[in-house]
Amino acid sequence: MKFDTPAATNPIDQLKVVGKATDRIDGPLKTTGTAPYAYERHDVVANQAYGFILGSAIAKGRISRMDVAAAKAAPGVIAVVTAENAGALGKGKWNTAALLGGPEIQHYHQAVALVVAETFEQARDAASLIKVDYQAEAGAYDLAAARSGATVAKGEPDSTVGDFNGAYAAAPVQLDATYTTPDQGHAMMEPHATIAAWNGDKLTLWTANQMINWGVKDVSQTLNMPEENIRLISPYIGGGFGGKLFVRSDALMAALGAKAAGRPVKVALTRPLMFNNTTHRPATIQRIRIGTTREGRITAIGHESWSGDLPGGKPETAVQQTRLLYAGANRLTAMRLAVLDLPEGNAMRAPGEAPGLMALEIAMDEMAEKLGMDPIQFRILNDTQEDPEKPGRPYSQRQLAECLRQGAERFGWAKRSPKPASVREGRWLVGVGVAAGFRNNLVTKSAARVRLDGQGMVTVETDMTDIGTGTYTIIAQTAAETMGVPLDRVAVRLGDSSFPVSCGSGGQWGANNSTAGVYAACMKLRQAVARKLGFNAAEPQFADGHVSSGGHTVPLAQAAKDGELVVEDLIEYGDLDKKYQQSTFAGHFVEVAVDGATGEIRLRRMLAVCAAGRILNPKSARSQVIGAMTMGAGAALMEELAVDKRRGFFVNHDLAGYEVPVHADIPHQEVVFLDEVDPISSPMKAKGVGELGICGVGAAVANAVYNATGVRVRDYPITLDKILDHLPEMT
Amino acid sequence: MKPFTYERATSPADAAAKAASIPGARFIAGGTNLLDLMKLQIETPAHLIDLNGLGLDKIEDTPDGGLRIGALVRNTDLAADMRVRRHYGVLSRALVAGASGQLRNVATTAGNLLQRTRCPYFYDPNQPCNKRQPGSGCSAIGGVSRQLGIVGTSEACIATHPSDMAVAMRVLDATVETVRPGGAFRAIPIADLHRLPGDTPHVETTLEQGELITAVTLPKPVGGVQLYHKVRDRASYAFALVSVAAIMQPGDTNGIAWGRVALGGVAPKPWRVEAAEAHMKQGAKAVTAGLLADARPTADNRFKIKLAERTLAAVLTEARG
Ligand SMILES: Cc1cc2nc3c(=O)[nH]c(=O)nc-3n(C[C@H](O)[C@H](O)[C@H](O)COP(=O)(O)OP(=O)(O)OC[C@H]3O[C@@H](n4cnc5c(N)ncnc54)[C@H](O)[C@@H]3O)c2cc1C
Ligand code: SF4
Repeated sequence: MKFDTPAATNPIDQLKVVGKATDRIDGPLKTTGTAPYAYERHDVVANQAYGFILGSAIAKGRISRMDVAAAKAAPGVIAVVTAENAGALGKGKWNTAALLGGPEIQHYHQAVALVVAETFEQARDAASLIKVDYQAEAGAYDLAAARSGATVAKGEPDSTVGDFNGAYAAAPVQLDATYTTPDQGHAMMEPHATIAAWNGDKLTLWTANQMINWGVKDVSQTLNMPEENIRLISPYIGGGFGGKLFVRSDALMAALGAKAAGRPVKVALTRPLMFNNTTHRPATIQRIRIGTTREGRITAIGHESWSGDLPGGKPETAVQQTRLLYAGANRLTAMRLAVLDLPEGNAMRAPGEAPGLMALEIAMDEMAEKLGMDPIQFRILNDTQEDPEKPGRPYSQRQLAECLRQGAERFGWAKRSPKPASVREGRWLVGVGVAAGFRNNLVTKSAARVRLDGQGMVTVETDMTDIGTGTYTIIAQTAAETMGVPLDRVAVRLGDSSFPVSCGSGGQWGANNSTAGVYAACMKLRQAVARKLGFNAAEPQFADGHVSSGGHTVPLAQAAKDGELVVEDLIEYGDLDKKYQQSTFAGHFVEVAVDGATGEIRLRRMLAVCAAGRILNPKSARSQVIGAMTMGAGAALMEELAVDKRRGFFVNHDLAGYEVPVHADIPHQEVVFLDEVDPISSPMKAKGVGELGICGVGAAVANAVYNATGVRVRDYPITLDKILDHLPEMT
Repeated sequence: MKPFTYERATSPADAAAKAASIPGARFIAGGTNLLDLMKLQIETPAHLIDLNGLGLDKIEDTPDGGLRIGALVRNTDLAADMRVRRHYGVLSRALVAGASGQLRNVATTAGNLLQRTRCPYFYDPNQPCNKRQPGSGCSAIGGVSRQLGIVGTSEACIATHPSDMAVAMRVLDATVETVRPGGAFRAIPIADLHRLPGDTPHVETTLEQGELITAVTLPKPVGGVQLYHKVRDRASYAFALVSVAAIMQPGDTNGIAWGRVALGGVAPKPWRVEAAEAHMKQGAKAVTAGLLADARPTADNRFKIKLAERTLAAVLTEARG
């Protein structure tokens, strides 16, 4: 199905199933611990051996000698894989560093060996017997120090509109401030894990991966083998946040280990490897300049960002939203990329916007204060209904102002004291903050297969993944709505490369595109059903498990009485996303209390008002938004991969050291979705919400801390040591 | 994890004797610290002697009106004990400020006292660490040290002792009872249990090889307002940046008749300087100045000095009521 004109009324608009708050259809499997995650697939293949990955002990340099004799001789050991015996390996398109290091070492904890043994403990013990001699080389590990040598990244030119420098210089009110965000880890619950089994030259990987088709391609490139010989199976994933967009060392090493051992091998990254062996959200230094008229109209807006990555890597696109979010005739955005020898930087939930808005939305707060304006007013004054870089290119929907207005009302914004550090409740300093949330809606093709059997059961198959977001359920809702059957007449099978290629889970594009693909396939199935039943006249109706046309009503199942009907289709897009800017919006509101003695910052309430197209399942969408708000609160207040700038690694590489919010940190969250349908985005008229919730919320926290204490912290995370010196004297 | 053998001890004396005679033997109680360290091969015992089932899990009144806490009493049970809550409130509060509910259900009194540091470099076997590998150097000095110690540290090690419980026991003047491998008993004032690192940071306590903690005794209740204020980066389930255990007797002109205070999160042991307590009436600044007179913070953790002072000030305010 080609989607190139705005959606008209269609079966989804019935909203009998879609749009209803629906429990996850996979919920019982999860709550009973029976959803099969990759590492626990004991059932799928016999005789599994255990692999344990040894990570590099240095950040940069070479292995001069490696002695695996003791490991090989250790009890239970079946095989030891290193770069020396692994054969020639390619590198996947989505990987920057090699997944198996040696002799060259590109980053700390880069895999240098896999030990395969009868038990996990044996493999782990033997791994510690491998002797590696390293020749360490000096590396660059400090972004601030590397900043001056940073260059324009390939394919990321500066964007300019009008005369930024002139307009900024002439602006009567100016802000020029620099913000920093630290490296952050995905820290999802389920570590990367894979079971690999060879059957001749065919490889099956039971793994945890968000993007099945990218995975197949990258395994094919890395192992130099044809894609058709590779099967990836990933039906359940215990969190990804972008960390599982790519094939990682668990998959490659399991495949190599299984080959060497001559039997299936399972490999999970241990928690300490999760932070330096995999990818992370890179740190940024961001300079923002805003010039306005005295009335607060932006005349110049500039955003420059510096980040680092391994050679060949990419910048964190932190300036992305600044190209689109606010009006202003003179604009500049630029990114500079430094070479750093830290582990590979890559996508983490809302790459670009998440750290970008952490800076931009503090800047907007600072600017509003300079202008003596309410920060909501200031944002609304500079709202735009068109792409500010391309006047005449409208937004498909843009209800940012409405998000902010409704949020202000619900949150009691009018009661805010604009004077910082003026509200005290006992020992607590209390403040509120606001920020805009913004994340683009990306459209990309997505396919599905749908089957109808003689019992009237509809089965959907697509390589789409559910990383805990609720994909199973919205796909079932889509199929139920389109085929006119109750939800329990739909079965959904995901995450298998033998199914049609979907959009996958990433960039908050999964919900809209994957359901649109399922919708396309279901519409095709409706035609097949109509044909089969001989309903050629008017458009038949599909409702309550029946099909009616011209006064006849027959059970849907009847169409498959001679055998299953199977169809496949995909959604593909024309150029509506070129003609229109498609984005999602939020108003984030936060109240904090800061301990006047210790500077401990505790959230009191959070509210997000979101405008993100049709909300397919308000229940799972809310879960996505509160989860993202929680992650944003973590980014604001505690999350930081601490860099050892001498040795080049993230020091706090476990969940005791890398703190993410616990329940006690998040006392009260509210999410409101504005009524919105976006016929420009897809036949579903939906957009994504999975990342919107993290976008802007960190700055709302920062602005609330400022309102509470009068201390403007521009370096995240906002920990108590950064405000302690500025708190009121104590007696 | 290295292969190891395992046995259940039959009596405290038997456990101590075996621990001294079997090479590489270690006690295991709740295992919440030891097992983690074994998985990372930071601790590689050849033999584990399980202390569960020795009847060391009771809380009893002592003849002089105090309390005797068995070494295997779980943190949860100790925190919930009515006598502890009523008369030793600082202990109950410190316990529930530590770890998580699940961990406290398993963690024991002796295990908590003897848990090892949370210095991140100690946890990474690739990095030099004098505590883990004597003589290899200290990675934390000049590295990431925000969480680490500011006082009582040395050129060889700046790690802290992470326990909350021990800090409360220190202001309560607890005594650690042990049985030695030869079968002899001894009582160690808690102040003397942990050693400062000096140039041997791997030697953390004054216990000899095989010496088993059987109980911790608390002297008869001293009354006062008993508070434990733990400061951390998130609201729960985090080790202290700074903690203050305090017993304050309200009264007198400046609101405090007398007070005792110990700090957590700043030193290789619960940090108490009795002489500093004489300044309680002058306020937090004076007391902290005494407590941290010899502080040698890093650039990363210098803030702990001010934080300790302000936290103590908050505690004093609360105690005055
Ligand atoms: C994620 C996490 C967070 C935590 N947060 C906190 C916190 O905030 N505050 C806090 O105070 N603690 C915290 N802890 C630590 C926790 O309190 C300790 O792990 C626990 O108290 C150890 O008790 P255990 O019985 O499990 O000890 P084990 O692990 O069994 O033993 C610890 C050590 O004590 C020795 N030992 C045990 N019993 C005896 C005995 N009777 N005689 C002699 N030696 C003995 C063992 O040989 C071993 O060396 C945390 C732990 C974790 C894992
Ligand atoms: S502070 Fe102590 S524990 Fe930490 S690295 Fe240095 S020696 Fe090791």
